Amino acid sequence: MKTFVTKLGIDLRLLGMIGALVALCVMFDLITGGRFLTPRNLFNLSVQTASVGIMATGMVFVIVTRNIDLSVGSLLGFIGMTVGALQVHVLPDILGLGHWSIWIFAAVAATLMGMIIGAAQGWVIGYLTVPAFIVTLGGLLVYRGAMWWVTEGQTVAPLDPTFRLLGGGADGTLGETLSWGFGLVASLAAMALILMSRRRKSTHGFKVKPVWAEAILVALAVGLIMAYVWTMNSYTIAKGALPRIAEARGIEMTDGLVLNHGVAIPVIILLIVTIGMTIISTRTRFGRYVYATGGNPEAAELSGINTRMLTVKVFALMGALTGISAVVASARLGAVDVGLGTLDELRVIAAAVIGGTALAGGFGTIYGAVIGALIMQTLQSGMASVGVDAPLQSIVVGLVLVFAVWVDIVYRRKTGV
Amino acid sequence: MNKQTSQTPLVELRNMSIAFGGVRAVDDVSIDLYPGEVVGLLGHNGAGKSTLIKMLSGAYGADSGEIRINGEKATINNPRDARRYNIETIYQTLALADNLDAASNLFLGRELTSGMGFVDDDAMEAETRKIMNRLNPNFQKFAEPVSALSGGQRQSVAIARAVYFDARILIMDEPTAALGPHETQMVSELIQKLKADGIGIFLISHDIHDVMELCDRASVMKNGKLVDTVDVKDVTDDELLSMIILGKKPGEDAA
Repeated sequence: MKTFVTKLGIDLRLLGMIGALVALCVMFDLITGGRFLTPRNLFNLSVQTASVGIMATGMVFVIVTRNIDLSVGSLLGFIGMTVGALQVHVLPDILGLGHWSIWIFAAVAATLMGMIIGAAQGWVIGYLTVPAFIVTLGGLLVYRGAMWWVTEGQTVAPLDPTFRLLGGGADGTLGETLSWGFGLVASLAAMALILMSRRRKSTHGFKVKPVWAEAILVALAVGLIMAYVWTMNSYTIAKGALPRIAEARGIEMTDGLVLNHGVAIPVIILLIVTIGMTIISTRTRFGRYVYATGGNPEAAELSGINTRMLTVKVFALMGALTGISAVVASARLGAVDVGLGTLDELRVIAAAVIGGTALAGGFGTIYGAVIGALIMQTLQSGMASVGVDAPLQSIVVGLVLVFAVWVDIVYRRKTGV
Repeated sequence: MNKQTSQTPLVELRNMSIAFGGVRAVDDVSIDLYPGEVVGLLGHNGAGKSTLIKMLSGAYGADSGEIRINGEKATINNPRDARRYNIETIYQTLALADNLDAASNLFLGRELTSGMGFVDDDAMEAETRKIMNRLNPNFQKFAEPVSALSGGQRQSVAIARAVYFDARILIMDEPTAALGPHETQMVSELIQKLKADGIGIFLISHDIHDVMELCDRASVMKNGKLVDTVDVKDVTDDELLSMIILGKKPGEDAA
């Protein structure tokens, strides 16, 4: 079994995390008598994972460079509130209510705002050498307070209708046809990546995996993508929403009409962010320097890497991703209240750490953090659907976090990395 | 003196000084290095040898003094500047990122990239295999992070990094401190070869035998000051030793 896995080239940690995720799903499905692994629940689960998952990819870089960001939850709230006020109180006066471009201005503003605030925090950490823990702890308090000031504590609603599509829901999906198209494109891309990597390796005369191993990998990737699309395309839209959705998709409303959701837009955003961040971490100089600095800051410095500027960039990236998450989270709720994003920093850090990011720095993968976010969300919604009350949910999540890190430590010791 | 007087020195360190919080770690030190020459830097721990050399490698900025490369004034404010003058350094700590593999360490800060600007790991691994084949043919662990390597293997990665990029000036800080006899032999052979290629080498060591065997000249430091620079063939082990311990020039009575 072990040699089979090594031949496939999948690392054991990834396998363990997927195993844990599958075990959780099966367990909750058995306890609830088959109510957990339904298209509806999987749709909600993937949508709920998006916001934390997007931020978790940035938190990987932050933790890998031996820093921490405690401010992401408050920053998400602050950005969400500001951008909410922008699209409800400011932009309609300038562009006209319901103007088609409002969502674009709002989304770009959110990302830029996050990037600028993140860069400012990074500058204090990198150049003024105040520890990240303190700077972002200060940020946690500052942004939560600033958020209140934006509207004197009032809830902002309703958000722009087009903007709200970014949060998912019955309207915010690709629809059935586009979802299949998306599945096809994603499958072809996965295949192309695997083949290209193989070709590159063989041009240098390196040993490549046996053909059957590559074939299994391709089959796994394509199977997983298509199974997900099929599941999302099996989630039927409720009768009440049917006329509205049919109109939005340009389908004639008839009595026997059945429409399905398809892949939700926030999931697409999470996927794009995950792919983008994976490319940054493995294929760019910036990504390489993030890991080198985490492994040995002094060596990185002696190799000519400007580690201070690197800190600014890492936190700017974290801020930009928090801005994107703020868009997804506020769009999903359709309104922003002063509680938005509360405790998200802990969920994000937990997701990154459960996903194998080492707090000592130097190690962590993007896909790991996303799977970590998925595990956390599965655990939480699973317990909710089983009927575990909120206090016990907290206790279980807390214990699982500690347990996961202990398993990770044992794994590292055994494998010597 | 010898043939060297007729040549321009590769490196001239002129009146170099640096202080840390009132302690003059290096105090008005001047040393030259000629092409194809090995100059040993000797002294106790804290004598200032590593600090002096870190001003040349760009890790520290000098408080005062001047560095000339090939007779021209050089400005070295950071390690990137030093690399531009083809100064490569093998640090005592090796300065390796333990979590990365050999190829990533070898090319750290100077990654090979593909046409689209992405780092090309496969090309870097291929180059690493080539140079390791030359330096240490037993080296096989290309996929593992360097934390999984032995002391000698790690050392060979650090050496490969300095050699790969066509160093003209090489700084070696205690290159054999962590090595077994076989690997020490490998390092001495490498030094002879680089010397023959006309590379100038600063060798920091506190092992007198290393210095007597490998160096042409030796500069001795004590308490941040230069005691003297001597031709190795003109002095005995004991004379070198008393320079290090007593700070006394050969032929001079103890102060």
